[in-house]
Amino acid sequence: MEHIRTPKVEQVRLLDRFSNKFTNGTLYLTATHLIFVESSSNNSTSAAQEIWILHHHIASVEKLSLTTTGCPLVIQCRNFRLVHFVVQRERDCHDIYSSLLRLLRPVSYQELYAFSYNPKQNDQQREEGWQIIDLGAEFERMGVPCDQWQLTNVNRDYKVCETYPRDLYVPITASKPIIVGSSKFRSKGRFPVLTYFYQEKKAAVCRCSQPLSGFSARCLEDESMLQAISKANHNSRFVYVMDTRPKLNALANRAAGKGYENEDNYSNIRFQFVGIENIHVMRTSLQKLLEVIGTRSLSMSDHLVGLESCGWLRHIKAVIDAAIFLSKAVTVEGASVLVHCSDGWDRTSQVCSLGALLMDPYYRTIKGFMVLIEKDWISFGHKFADSVYTIYSTWCDQLDGDPKEVSPIFTQFLEGVWQLTEQFPQAFEFSEWFLLQIHEHVHSCQYGNFLGNNQRQREDLRMRERTHSLWAYLMSEKQNYLNPFYSLAYSETHPVLEPSTLPYHFKFWRNMYHQFDRSMHPRQSILKTEEVGEEATESTDTERKVEGSSGSESRKQSYGDVCVARGSCRSVCDNLLFTQWS
Amino acid sequence: MEFAELIKTPRVDGVILHRPFMPTVEGTLCLTGHHLILSSRQDNAEELWLLHSNIDSIEKRFVGSLGSIIVKCKDLRVIQLDIPGMEECFNIASSVEALSTLDILSLMYPFFYRPMFEVIEDGWNSFLPEDAFKDLETMTDEWRLSDVNKDCTVCPSYPPLVAVPKDVDDDTLRKVATFRHSGRFPVLSYYHKKNGMVMMRAGQPLTGTNGRRCKEDEKLINATLRPGKRGYIIDTRTINLAQQAKARGGGFESEGYVESIKSNILQESLIKLVEASNWQTHVKEILTTACLAAQCIDREGASVLVHGTEGTDSTLQVTSLAQIILDPACRTIRGFQGLVEREWLQAGHPFHHRCAQSAFSNSKPRQEAPVFLLFLDCVWQILRQFPCSFEFSESFLVLVFDHAYASQFGTFLGNSTAERAKLSLPEKTVSLWSWVNRPQELERLTNPLYEANSLVIWPSVAPQSLLLWEGVFLRWNRSSKCLDEAYEEMVHIIEYNKELQNKVNSLRRQLAQLETEDPLLQTLE
Repeated sequence: MEHIRTPKVEQVRLLDRFSNKFTNGTLYLTATHLIFVESSSNNSTSAAQEIWILHHHIASVEKLSLTTTGCPLVIQCRNFRLVHFVVQRERDCHDIYSSLLRLLRPVSYQELYAFSYNPKQNDQQREEGWQIIDLGAEFERMGVPCDQWQLTNVNRDYKVCETYPRDLYVPITASKPIIVGSSKFRSKGRFPVLTYFYQEKKAAVCRCSQPLSGFSARCLEDESMLQAISKANHNSRFVYVMDTRPKLNALANRAAGKGYENEDNYSNIRFQFVGIENIHVMRTSLQKLLEVIGTRSLSMSDHLVGLESCGWLRHIKAVIDAAIFLSKAVTVEGASVLVHCSDGWDRTSQVCSLGALLMDPYYRTIKGFMVLIEKDWISFGHKFADSVYTIYSTWCDQLDGDPKEVSPIFTQFLEGVWQLTEQFPQAFEFSEWFLLQIHEHVHSCQYGNFLGNNQRQREDLRMRERTHSLWAYLMSEKQNYLNPFYSLAYSETHPVLEPSTLPYHFKFWRNMYHQFDRSMHPRQSILKTEEVGEEATESTDTERKVEGSSGSESRKQSYGDVCVARGSCRSVCDNLLFTQWS
Repeated sequence: MEFAELIKTPRVDGVILHRPFMPTVEGTLCLTGHHLILSSRQDNAEELWLLHSNIDSIEKRFVGSLGSIIVKCKDLRVIQLDIPGMEECFNIASSVEALSTLDILSLMYPFFYRPMFEVIEDGWNSFLPEDAFKDLETMTDEWRLSDVNKDCTVCPSYPPLVAVPKDVDDDTLRKVATFRHSGRFPVLSYYHKKNGMVMMRAGQPLTGTNGRRCKEDEKLINATLRPGKRGYIIDTRTINLAQQAKARGGGFESEGYVESIKSNILQESLIKLVEASNWQTHVKEILTTACLAAQCIDREGASVLVHGTEGTDSTLQVTSLAQIILDPACRTIRGFQGLVEREWLQAGHPFHHRCAQSAFSNSKPRQEAPVFLLFLDCVWQILRQFPCSFEFSESFLVLVFDHAYASQFGTFLGNSTAERAKLSLPEKTVSLWSWVNRPQELERLTNPLYEANSLVIWPSVAPQSLLLWEGVFLRWNRSSKCLDEAYEEMVHIIEYNKELQNKVNSLRRQLAQLETEDPLLQTLE
């Protein structure tokens, strides 16, 4: 609170991003949010617009030079919202600016919203919320432990690998010395462990980090480890090793004593490069994309050329291509696959989780998708604290973060899922809105799930005792995220999805990158018919819902036909119930 | 001329048909005067019937003695036929080539086609200018129907009857016609009921380099303006091409300003357009111009005159799209047919010239241009943005597109009303609308989400909001099974929803009845 110099500024003008329109209102600064409330006088026909921006969502604040109308303040958010205020008095603007600068850079974990957020639940409810997702049960569902795979306690105290979870599954034949030996030969100690078991063919998907092979180094334990993985699957004589990096990058790593598996040293492996670019390329690509779509009065050709040259959709395609390769190897050939990249927490997480999503209908349900994220991203140590908290800001003093680590890897994963939902409208229990909500909260720091870089850090911070779980909140809101087209029968007849990767199947995800630019969206859905036609060609109209991470709002957004039927259908059902009881 | 002269080989056995996303079919290939038919001669197998007029280009390839021809159609479908025997292949290819490029209107299929369905309503009489004018008369008395063009001499591309301001007599119209390109003097295109503003269209004024003026032309335009009001003239061409034009407000001089919008003549080949993405640029520009025209009328309360060069291409795109935006009636199935009749067929869009060839043709484009397809694409973009405001679904637009290029119906033959009358199309051919306006077809073309929306609908023209029309451009190159299933699911949900709604209503009624009947319940409350 002591950082807030001016809690309220009146006569603030909010400029529209893509037109010359603006609204006047009042700006409030609270300990957690920046709130803009439209003054009701200038727009009496509709409810006053409110915009809530969580401080944690702010990626950058910029104060532009003084203009005749006042002092402009541009705020860029991690959920791709961009707001442009004009504050009349420069001093007010400066106060807000410097307060925000301080507020958006927490100096300790305790300052994060999650530690103060209280959704009025008691300890028991909170504990139950954390228990919704149980990874032990998930492995049981896959059929593990079994006669070939077992739970190992080697990482009980995070001694072998501190970025892995405590519970790890390895082949029965992999003894403790083999595991420890293998972990010493792998970057950050991330040795091969099971992440998905395809019961039908007894084929396993394992993940690890790159070997410290350099130009010629070998490790017998690591070789036995791969041998053990291979032996655990009787259906195939070999195991695929997928290096998700481009070959050039892997070669360069050799000079640093790292690298990739030499096929001659390992018996029965088939080595494969996949060619997904690294986090730095991805970050630049997204920055370019945002630059293009943020242009005012963008011409069609600039839009298309920009979309093409930023390469974003090409990168998405590369990730999906890799997932398809993985899914085919497992489901068609019945071979086990070992996936790694450099450290095994970015591209590896993308490929393993998308691959599992293609193979297993369970992960296409709401609960299953939470499990998938919990397993392949949270528990296996995707560095959320580093890579997700800032996507395109340039702030250097992140909370134990490094700006070079910041990258939209998880966003890319969500987009990959979205591209699949577009191709298979009936295969997913959840709608696009579910993905957007997860994206929102990965950055909001409102729930404990995505705080910290790995399980160990989360345990040290006693996250489960001090914060709430996002999954519990999403579960309670499940109704809002259902896909009306979801069909169980479809999942039964199409357990494995085989997406097409022809270029035109990869589309620009407007609802993600223009989520808050209402003028860009389809103008009508049954939910909002009354608003149709009130907008001028280039206008954005009012935004009625309180955005940000205020938790309790159920957000309905008009996005095309998908949610059209759902809302009305449900309200009719509710009506029906009500009528019968009254 | 006999078709038999052109058909060198009427029948070949053992032909294999390849299509994307479909299993290959082996069967017998037959050529008739109007069709290319492939039949596997099995009961359940699908047959291929392809109109020769649908064929855009044909290529031959030979591998050993096996020849194959690749047929590219105007509806953007590409198929391959493997034909055993060099000679047969060669004969088939040249026959098809000759038949598909036959440029004699009276030999076209519509003249030979006999309907296999019962015509409930003759589409040729469904949208007569007289009837449209009757509707106008109920709203205003400032216009009259002039028969100055009754023998199509004043303006060959106009219909015999046109709506013009009441105070302007036929002699004035004749003079104005000499001042406008192709004699296309300004006529009424749309009357905006809400505020009485109008949209007119015309050919370009022949001002020449010395700025020739025409008293009568100015008089006609002024007659459409209310006292003290400004009017807008929208020139759909680039500023370089555009001429200055003036409009006077009633009583005092006020210059209507010229809005210049880039619009190329669209003579590039279609696929090139799509590939180079210029297509989307055109979509955006046409939509922007249409929005501008609609905005002038609805928001600024000003009348608008739209013209390009001839006033038969981009002018019609703009006037018809503006009506889609402004007029809810144009968003119904019947209203849209009326719009196509009024603003395209009767307004003299040269369909025969423009649709003679499509994207794949190798011959040099002369007068071909996908102007009408561009219009349909723009309608589709608006439909995407307002999924509940249109009575028709995407499939209706695709159907109209298909029939504009190749059809068994006579609707899109010829270039103008005069040409159609000369060919006696209404007597000798069947109208597309006769076929569409039957319950079973209408049901197929209806948008399940439709709820009448009486408002003006403003589409977004940001590039991020405009999409590639996959239903046309990728129709034959994608497997739409998943999408079709999802669509069926949506229809199912909507039907279920209606069912529940009815149930709720009947229960409510029951409840209300019980409450009035039961005094005990009332006292309890």
